[in-house]
Amino acid sequence: MGREISSGGQKSSSSSSAGMSYTVEQLVAVNPYNPDILPDLENFVNEQVSSQTYNLDANLCLLRLYQFEPERMSTQIVARILVKALMAMPAPDFSLCLFLIPERVQMEEQFKTLIVLSHYLETARFRQFWDEAAKSRHLLEVVPGFEQAIQAYAIHVLSLTYQKVPRSVLAEAINIEGLSLDKFVEHHTANSGWVVEKGHVKSPLITLPSNEFNRPELKKNTADGVPFEHVARIFPILG
Amino acid sequence: MAMPYDYEDGHQQQSGPDSLSYDPSFVPDPVKSFVVHLYRHIREKNVYEIHQMYENSFQTLSERMFKDVPWPSVDAVAPFVDNDHVFCLLYREMWFRHLYARLSPTLKQRIDSWDNYCSLFQVVLHGVVNMQLPNQWLWDMVDEFVYQFQSFCQYRAKMKNKTEQEIALLKQFDQAWNVYGVLNFLQALVEKSMIIQILEQEKEGLEQFTATDGYDYNGGSNVLKVLGYFSMIGLLRVHCLLGDYHTGLKCLLPIDLSQQGVYTSVIGSHIATIYHYGFANLMLRRYVDAIREFNKILLYIYKTKQYHQKSPQYEQILKKNEQMYALLAISLSLCPQVKLVEETVNSQLREKYGEKMLRMQRFDDEAFALYDELFSYACPKFITPSAPSFEDPLVNYNQDAYRLQLKLFLYEVKQQQLLSGVRTFLKVYSTISMGKLATYLEVDEPTLRTILLTYKHKTHAVDSDGKISSNADVDFYVDDDMIHVIESKPAKRYGDYFLRQIVKLEGVMTDVDRVKLE
Repeated sequence: MGREISSGGQKSSSSSSAGMSYTVEQLVAVNPYNPDILPDLENFVNEQVSSQTYNLDANLCLLRLYQFEPERMSTQIVARILVKALMAMPAPDFSLCLFLIPERVQMEEQFKTLIVLSHYLETARFRQFWDEAAKSRHLLEVVPGFEQAIQAYAIHVLSLTYQKVPRSVLAEAINIEGLSLDKFVEHHTANSGWVVEKGHVKSPLITLPSNEFNRPELKKNTADGVPFEHVARIFPILG
Repeated sequence: MAMPYDYEDGHQQQSGPDSLSYDPSFVPDPVKSFVVHLYRHIREKNVYEIHQMYENSFQTLSERMFKDVPWPSVDAVAPFVDNDHVFCLLYREMWFRHLYARLSPTLKQRIDSWDNYCSLFQVVLHGVVNMQLPNQWLWDMVDEFVYQFQSFCQYRAKMKNKTEQEIALLKQFDQAWNVYGVLNFLQALVEKSMIIQILEQEKEGLEQFTATDGYDYNGGSNVLKVLGYFSMIGLLRVHCLLGDYHTGLKCLLPIDLSQQGVYTSVIGSHIATIYHYGFANLMLRRYVDAIREFNKILLYIYKTKQYHQKSPQYEQILKKNEQMYALLAISLSLCPQVKLVEETVNSQLREKYGEKMLRMQRFDDEAFALYDELFSYACPKFITPSAPSFEDPLVNYNQDAYRLQLKLFLYEVKQQQLLSGVRTFLKVYSTISMGKLATYLEVDEPTLRTILLTYKHKTHAVDSDGKISSNADVDFYVDDDMIHVIESKPAKRYGDYFLRQIVKLEGVMTDVDRVKLE
C-alpha cells in the first residue's frame, strides 16, 4: 500500500539513486515526503546515538513515515528517538514525538516508562526521575551521554530559578554526591562561573551565574525603543 | 457555546429527492451563459470579471438552480468552451466543491475528484497555464484540496459500515488521497513556483509579489506562484491534522506574519493561517505567540466581519472566530497574559468564556472537563493518514488521532495544575520564605521546590532555535531560602503614543486649514 508514489506531481528524484550523493539532512530538506528514505533515516537515528549528535527534523520525518505506514515501524528505533528527545529538554521535543506515535504503541512497557520519566522531568521531580532511571538502565544505557544531558537540563532549570542554590538541592537534582559532587562543582567553578559560598557549613550555597531569568534586572528593556520605520513615517509631517 | 467534537463539519448528509430528476447532461441557459462568459473572461485575463462571476454568479446560480443537485456534467458544458482542457479541469474542480458543500459525495466521486486535482495540478506544475486567476479562487483550490483529503481520511476510517463494494473500491484505488500524494503535490507546488526564493528576493527589493497581491501585470500568469504560496499554508494545515506542529510551523516560516501579505488578501486564508499557527504554538507551549496572533486576528474579524456577511465563507468565518476565542481562553488560562489582549477582544472573551475561565483556574476535575470541552470544540479535525486494515473485524478508527492529541494536551494541563496556586500567592508578596509558602500551599518544602522549578520550566518557552523566553506574568527568583517576587509591569509605550498623537494633530490641522471662514 502506498509505497510507490502515484504518478502525479511528486518528486521525480528517488532517494535510491540520490541516497549515494546526499546527506540525510539534505534528503530531509529536499525530499521529506518520500517513503524510500525510511531506511536512511533509521540508520541516521543510530548514528545520532553513537556520535552523540541530534537532529529533531530528521527524527520527526521518520516518525511521520511510520505514521503513514505503521507496519514498517521499528519500536526499537522509536524508543531511541524518544530517549534522544528527553535529552533535548527543556525543548518540548518529547511531546512533539508523542503527538506522532499511535496510542496503542505508547501502551508498550518501554514507552510507558519513558513517558513516566518525561513526566518527572517536566515537573522537576528529579529524585523520582533518577530512581526510575536507575530501574530502567537497559533502555537508557544504549544512548551515550544520557546522564550528562539530563544534568544539563537540571542545571538549566535551577539557574532559571535560583541565584543561590543550596548544595543539597543541587546534589539531588543532578544525582551526584560526595567527592564526585566536589569535583563537579569545582569544574563548574572553573568553567561556568559558579561561586561556592564559604561559611555555610551544613549545606553550602552555590551562586549560579546571572541571567535575565534569575536576575530580572538584567532583562533588557526593549519596550522603550521605537523602531526606525515608525519614526520615519512622521518625517514628512515634521519637515 | 462549545459543541462536542463533530466530524461532519456541517455538511449535509443526504442528497435531496430532486436528485432523481437530475439530468447531468442538460445545460440550462443561465449555465450556458455562465460558462461562455467565464471562459471568455479567463482568456482575456479579466481578473475583475472572473472574480465577480466566481464569487457572485456561481453562488447565485447554485442557490437558485442547484440547491440540492449537482451542476451539469463537464461533458455537457465542454462544447460551449471549445472543449478547452484547462477550463474543463477548473469547471470540474468547482463542480466537486459544490457537490461536497451541498450533497454527500460517494466514494467514486471522491476518487474522481482526486483524479481531477491530479490533472489540474499537473497542468499547473508543467507550466502550461497562462491564466490570471483571482486569489480567492486559488486559495479555495488549496483549501478544498486539503479539506477533501481530511474528509476522505475521516470517511475511510469509518470502516464498520462499509459495503463490500466500497471496500473493493478502496483497495483498487489505494492511491486516491494517499497522504504521500497529497503532501508531495503541495510540496511540488511550493518548489516549482520558487515562491520561497521570490519572497526572499522581495525583501531585497529585487522582486514584486506582495505589493501586487501576487498578480502579474506583465502578461504572465499568477497561477503557479500563488498556488505555491497558498500551498505553504496548506502544508501547515496538513501537518497540524497529523499532529506534527513543529514541521507545520516550519512550512510557514517563509511567510512573515508580522506584516500584511498575500495570505491576508483572502479572509479565508488569513484565518486558516492564524488558526493553525496559533494552535500549533499552543501545543508547543509557546502561549505568548499564540495569544498575540489570536488577539490580532480576532480584532480584525471583529472590525471587518460586516463586510463578509454576503460572502459564501461567512458561516465558516464565524465558526473559526468562535473556535479561536475558545483557543484564546485556553491559552490565557494556562498563561494569564491578559495585557497582550486588546480591550474589545477581551470583553468579547469575557462575555463568551469569562465564567468558564474562572473555573478553569481551579484545576479540579471540573476544570479539566472544561479544558477537554474547549479543546474538543476548537481543535482541528485530526486524521489518521494510514490505510485501514481490511481484515475482519472491521473497526472504526476515525476518533483515534483526536483522542491521542486530546489526551496529550490534558496531560500537559495536569502537569501545570499546581502552578496557578503558587501564582496566586506570589502575586501578593514581594518576598516570602520557602517555609512560609510551603505552609500556605499545604505541601512540604521539597514538594514546593519542585513546584517552583516546574513553574519556571513551564513559563519559559523554547523557540525553534533553542532560544528561551519568559511567558510569565509573575516571576520570581530564589536566594537560598527566600523567594523574591517580580511582577512584570506593563511597559508603557510612550513612543508609540506620541507618534500617534503627532499624526492625529497633523490630521486635525489639515482639516482646520480646509475650513474656510466667511
